[in-house]
Amino acid sequence: MPDLLWADNVSFRYAAGAPLVVDGVTVRLADGALAGILGPNGSGKTTLLRLLSGTRRPSAGRVLLGDRSLDQLSRREVARRIAVVPQETELAFEYRAIEMVLMGRHAHLGVFTVEGPDDVRIAEEAMAATGTIHLAQRFFHELSGGEKQRVIIAGALAQSATLLLLDEPTASLDLGYQLDISSMLSRLNQEHGVTMAISTHDLNLAASICRELVLMRDGRVLAAGPTADVLTPDNILALYDVEADVHVHDETGHMTVVPVRRIAR
Amino acid sequence: MTIRRRVFVVTSAFALVAFAVMVWAPTVGSTPISLARAFDRSIPWDDNVDAQIFFVARLPRVLAGGLVGATLAAAGVVLQAMLRNPLATPFTLGVSAGASLGAMLAVTTNLELSVLGVTSIPLASFAGSLIATGIVYALAASQRRGLSTNVLLLAGVTLNAFFSALILFVQYLSDFAEALRAIRWMMGGLDVASYTPILAALPFVVVSFVAFAMMTRTLNLLSVGAESAAAKGVDIVRAQRVAFLSASLATGAAVSLGGPIGFIGIIVPHLVRLLVGSDHRIVLPASALFGAAFLVLCDLAARTLMSPLEIPVGVVTALIGGPFFLWLLVKRS
Repeated sequence: MPDLLWADNVSFRYAAGAPLVVDGVTVRLADGALAGILGPNGSGKTTLLRLLSGTRRPSAGRVLLGDRSLDQLSRREVARRIAVVPQETELAFEYRAIEMVLMGRHAHLGVFTVEGPDDVRIAEEAMAATGTIHLAQRFFHELSGGEKQRVIIAGALAQSATLLLLDEPTASLDLGYQLDISSMLSRLNQEHGVTMAISTHDLNLAASICRELVLMRDGRVLAAGPTADVLTPDNILALYDVEADVHVHDETGHMTVVPVRRIAR
Repeated sequence: MTIRRRVFVVTSAFALVAFAVMVWAPTVGSTPISLARAFDRSIPWDDNVDAQIFFVARLPRVLAGGLVGATLAAAGVVLQAMLRNPLATPFTLGVSAGASLGAMLAVTTNLELSVLGVTSIPLASFAGSLIATGIVYALAASQRRGLSTNVLLLAGVTLNAFFSALILFVQYLSDFAEALRAIRWMMGGLDVASYTPILAALPFVVVSFVAFAMMTRTLNLLSVGAESAAAKGVDIVRAQRVAFLSASLATGAAVSLGGPIGFIGIIVPHLVRLLVGSDHRIVLPASALFGAAFLVLCDLAARTLMSPLEIPVGVVTALIGGPFFLWLLVKRS
């Protein structure tokens, strides 16, 4: 199967002379993949997602979408194929949930075109898929953290993109919402065929839904491959300086990670 | 209701209000006139005093008020969305300070200049606004990646303060009559006696409004955040550049016509958002139309309340706008 999105030996620094935040990283996302990006704070996960979505251009290397470099595509063209769920969304003005989701249609509309029935239908389907359709007319700022996150994901789905990049989608959510979001993402991947890359600090979330993992530290890839091969005590120690037990959980059938102690380096 | 229908209905309603205000306003004044008589084509022009007062004495002023009000309100909307700051005004980024310094210099140097019937003060203030815009833009664009909204804000605020200091300095050196004239200009006034200055400002305003109209949906996305807007297909660097330059150009033209009239650019968008929500496809046209009606009414109050004495319209908008805005803040929190 051809790679859908391919970061080919990319490096990035935020300003000239600043240290490399991403340093020679190669990541391949096949069609239908559900990949997790793990790493400690400051390891370059968010920046890598920005490079993959083309909102930042690599200082070196290139990102290919299909057979074309992201540089050659306009923002509109990219947005029709890659959607992003950012870590935090803070509105300057008050919008209703449905308005937020409809903004996902931007790249499909002309300058003076207004969303038509098809766009509204796509937005409503996206809200149905994320279980937020009943919130459509509510104001975004009045929603709970979990509801907000699901509305944001609906807005990304409304872009009708084949690729979804999520930056710590469960970071500020309680256990119930974490489970809601992760099972929803898994369903979107399996039933709707959305290819995904998810950055997260939640090893158990990654173990439960991601079929492959990329481990990043100091801007470099430490290990990458199928979850079962990559999520080992040795790799976790190298990644976080933490000794951990890794087991397969009987009931759910996926791996679980129990951190045991931090090792000083 | 579909979005298209909502845009149409709301815009039409605001247009109706603006039109009614602008037709009614010229009939009010020291000499009351009859609208029916003013538009009665059967009476010869030379004999029709009502028509002369309507079209020659009062309509230019009302149109100037409409143009300036619409421009300041719309520019406020654009800058608030672009800077993601509901407290931004058309003057936040230094345009009015540049314009005021230009006007001040034209007054004190007794600059005698006229281009296409436009006199030296509006010319100098427009030039000043362009220079201020250029400085702020150059500072913000010197950052590596596009415009930095933080640098824009800081540069604008600093330039405002610096130009104000220069204005005070020039004022200190000038004589009493010149200083008074310049201060009077800075209070804002729509004492427009002909159509010439309106026609001169119009092209800049029209060009800017075309740019505004093309980016209404982009403004929605920008107000949700630059990173997410980029991911949804907005070319952030270009959008910010167009927003800043078109808003500044339009504001410069408006200020050259009516002086730096405050509060319109912040109160009107706020009120409109309370009434119609935050979708810029509706907020932008509604704010422009409401801004036109609001400034024409303020100017009407300015020229009739203490007649024959005329209050500077900028003082009226500030006297209404200040308390109103404070009330709004308290009420909403």
